[in-house]
Amino acid sequence: MMHQSLFVYSGYRYFKLCMVLIITSVIAYAIHTPVDGPNGGTWLGYTLGGLGAAIILLLMWFGMRKRSYKSDMGQVQGWLSAHVYLGVALIIIATLHAGFQIGWNIHTLAYILMFIVIFSGIFGVYAYLRYPALMTKNRRGNTLELMLVEMSELDRECREAAAQLTDEINKCILDCSENTKIGGSVWQQLSGKDSNCATLAAFNKAGELNKLLPKEMAGDASHLMTLLGKKCELVQRARRDVQYKAMMDIWLYFHVPLSFALLAALTAHVVSIFFYW
Amino acid sequence: MADFKIAIIGSGPGGMSAASHAAELGLSHVLLESTDHLSDTIFKYQKGKHVMDEPQVLPLRSPLDFTAGTREHILEIWNTQVAGHNTNVKYNTEVTEIGGEKGNFSIKTKSGETITAEFVVLGIGLQGNLRKLGVEGEDLDMVQYQLDDPDEYADETIVVIGAGDAAIENALALTKQNNVIIVNRKDEFSRAKQGNEDGINKAIDTNVITPYYFANTVKVEKFGEALGSGEIGKIVLSTKSGETEVNCHRIIARLGAIAPRRFVQSCGIEFPSDDPSAVPALTDQYESNVSGLYIVGALAGYPLIKSAMNQGYEVIEFIEGNDVEPADEPLLKEKFRSFSARNNNMSVSNVLEMITTNVPLLSGLTTLQLREFMIDSDMRTPAEGEIIFERDDFTNTFYSIVGGEVQVQINPQDPSQRISLNKGAFFGEMSLISGHRRSATILAGKNCVLIETPRRSMNKTISSVESVKRVIDEAFLMRALQAKIAPNTSVEKLQSVISTATLQSFKAGEELFHEGDEGDTLHLVRSGSLTVSKTVGGKEVVLSYLPAGNYVGEMALFGDDMRSATIRAAVATETICLDGDAFRKLADEDEDVRKRVQEVIDNRKQANVQMEDNSDSGTIISFLVEQGLGEATDVLLIDESLCVRCDNCEKACADTHFGTSRLDREAGPTFAALHVPTSCRHCEHPHCMQDCPPDAIHRAENGEVYIANNCIGCGNCQRNCPYGVIQMALVSKKQKTSLVSWLLTGAGIAPGGHDAAAAKKDPDAKKMAVKCDMCKDISGGPSCVRACPTGAAIRVNPGEFMSVTNLENY
Repeated sequence: MMHQSLFVYSGYRYFKLCMVLIITSVIAYAIHTPVDGPNGGTWLGYTLGGLGAAIILLLMWFGMRKRSYKSDMGQVQGWLSAHVYLGVALIIIATLHAGFQIGWNIHTLAYILMFIVIFSGIFGVYAYLRYPALMTKNRRGNTLELMLVEMSELDRECREAAAQLTDEINKCILDCSENTKIGGSVWQQLSGKDSNCATLAAFNKAGELNKLLPKEMAGDASHLMTLLGKKCELVQRARRDVQYKAMMDIWLYFHVPLSFALLAALTAHVVSIFFYW
Repeated sequence: MADFKIAIIGSGPGGMSAASHAAELGLSHVLLESTDHLSDTIFKYQKGKHVMDEPQVLPLRSPLDFTAGTREHILEIWNTQVAGHNTNVKYNTEVTEIGGEKGNFSIKTKSGETITAEFVVLGIGLQGNLRKLGVEGEDLDMVQYQLDDPDEYADETIVVIGAGDAAIENALALTKQNNVIIVNRKDEFSRAKQGNEDGINKAIDTNVITPYYFANTVKVEKFGEALGSGEIGKIVLSTKSGETEVNCHRIIARLGAIAPRRFVQSCGIEFPSDDPSAVPALTDQYESNVSGLYIVGALAGYPLIKSAMNQGYEVIEFIEGNDVEPADEPLLKEKFRSFSARNNNMSVSNVLEMITTNVPLLSGLTTLQLREFMIDSDMRTPAEGEIIFERDDFTNTFYSIVGGEVQVQINPQDPSQRISLNKGAFFGEMSLISGHRRSATILAGKNCVLIETPRRSMNKTISSVESVKRVIDEAFLMRALQAKIAPNTSVEKLQSVISTATLQSFKAGEELFHEGDEGDTLHLVRSGSLTVSKTVGGKEVVLSYLPAGNYVGEMALFGDDMRSATIRAAVATETICLDGDAFRKLADEDEDVRKRVQEVIDNRKQANVQMEDNSDSGTIISFLVEQGLGEATDVLLIDESLCVRCDNCEKACADTHFGTSRLDREAGPTFAALHVPTSCRHCEHPHCMQDCPPDAIHRAENGEVYIANNCIGCGNCQRNCPYGVIQMALVSKKQKTSLVSWLLTGAGIAPGGHDAAAAKKDPDAKKMAVKCDMCKDISGGPSCVRACPTGAAIRVNPGEFMSVTNLENY
């Protein structure tokens, strides 16, 4: 038993399935020549539309399956593997269903929403491929919690080191320990940066203030700078950790709500076709 | 004329029950207790602890009542009833010596008093007495030997004496509100757990705690009146630079306890072996080898409160010359019912006698030990052809054949190849000793009568009865040799090899032998596991991992007496060490043996070459072995390059286990991208099983180590687990989560969540130890793995996983 990614799950089972779906659809589309051009109203259009709608429902059911922990209906990994491949296949199936017709109507809205959902999903796949390994590397065996503990420990050491130095330096150290923020707004989380980083400010300011100190304090001052340097590095790593996690999470805030919007638009699309056309 | 007829030492459940029964009968007696209260062990339980009355099937026979309840409730009942019976209790009387003989024992106490008695009942338990300072002032009220609640003290100067875990934990906890000084006899804290050692060193480095190294206490003195700064006394320490005085409010000395064994031996009582878990040999009437000196309670091997109380009652009856039927008689009657019915209603004592006669292995047990053994065991009469256990099952019970025969399928490819074992033989010792799966399938033969004994009782018997240990060890050796090296060699020939065999134990990390050493002994791994490493480019590279059942040192067989690799114990390991000459002789006489060993050598050489080319695999093996996987049978591994940190594994675990996740995904070490989360590894010899009073931890057929519902929440398993995977949780079966309502309206508890409020309200909720049970009761396998969306979580058997071909792909 070895680890295997969701792409290769069960010998590329769902990749193969999707290739069959896509190739069949493309061939059918190519050989099918309805009188009024390819559109959703032909027998092939209905078939592809039905298939697409069924796939969308199945993809949305993933959210249920993922949380049905007692269910033994396949592994969640298999579901996700199918979710990813079928989602990509949907681009082709839905486009062929539409017969490349675009307009200012509810049908195209559903089509566009579907695209946004799929592309947010593709970003998710990208994030899942890229960030886990980076996160492990960045953490160096620690957890975020331990990094925060280490930070407060460094704060304490800084205060002790600064105790021998001037009041201004002490103030600057106090500011550093009280006002350094990890995380914060969505943007701050995603960027992994804080333009008003209190630690960095303290590092720069203490550097300046140290220059004014008498020689006999040089030893303490340089020890303080080492500690502040360590903290800067740690703060940066903690922010990067938050950033990676945010990158792995952020797309879901688009993917999930928009998929519900898609479901609504899709319902409107189907209802309008059967009742008003 | 002695002062008393019966002197009872120790007022635990056994002693207390004995004294009260003596009082009830109007016998002249005294109960000697070293502290100022009854039953110190239970007295020291944490406040409000729920005390269980296991085993529930056993009837209580004592003048004192006892049913499950809180510590306070039980102690209150005992205090009232002991007084109600006019029991003669002498508190604050620590016994230091027992001399004399039946009819005239003289008991010396610490205060210098001598008490004489005709009979002595010893019920001092296993906890031992806390070690005191042993200097002037050790009993002053400012000196204490325990710390219940560190938050009770504030703004004091407190001197903590000791360098063990207890001392460090106390010192660190006290720093929150106090000025703490620690006194260490040496210059380091290496005896403590890693976390504590790091903690105390850090506290010292940052001047939070002041240490005194190489310091011994000279005396403690209390001032006439407190100093202006509040200190009420001083401690005088001798250090390398002379004597120092430290003023303080309080001294907390954590110097461990004096195990009672030495004291017991000083009374002339003999133990059958040096094994720390061995109990003194006693007669059916609880009398030790010293005539007139009886032992009851935990010291006699009865750690449960109820059985100790029963013993207390019975021992007084025995001293009075009454042959009472033991309290367990109805239990045994029930055990033997179906067997007795078929054999002219044989009485309990006759069945026991028959067992002793028919099974030589058990003939060395005293009746008392055999009764205890049989209460834990089952008497089975399987029909001919019934499967007792199957090859590769993970059960670890032990079987003795009382009558009839069993059939052993020796060749898994051909079930018709069988050998039979007859009356008096035993089987199941391989799994018991190695912690591995069953090595063969066993079927019941004609008229088969078996005793099936659980692992714990068997281990207890092995450590208490020397003859049982010897016979089982020999059988294990013979069968291991037959299975692994010489299946076709006659028993007589193997005997000559076995006679040279010795049993060797190695600590984790210890070397069996080093690359380049000379030597020709062969080691067969009996329990534990080994790593094989070689020096490549000046660096030690691990080449392979060998679980129990394998052997090393085989090269010597072919005249190569220079060791080609370094062999190290991955975990605590026992090997059977076979003499090279005897082994060579065996191979010379038996071509088949030579061929088998040659095959192993060839395979190993090939694997080693592969491994040397790919030294990363070796590093992964080293890492996994360092994490204790050398003793694991099934472990959760996370590939962090796939793990998206969604914690669906934890949620799945919680959802399928009443809201408490038994795994901590984030905690635990990582090497390269391989992460070992804090989760049970289902050890071969589970540490958690070591000391479980109600015997609630078991191994299921597929290897799952699980905690049954009779857990009493004592926390022993949590403390014994070196991997920190057991937690204490309030388990309420009334946990409701609703996916649909949560998803649509946000109401209710999300799947994978924990409804703490419902658990608190549930009167049936129980605080107990919880751990991974590999979802043995759920279809579809472990839910953590099933719920992982990216395939990052897998469960593997390390023995199979840590192979060249597997790790090459990492």
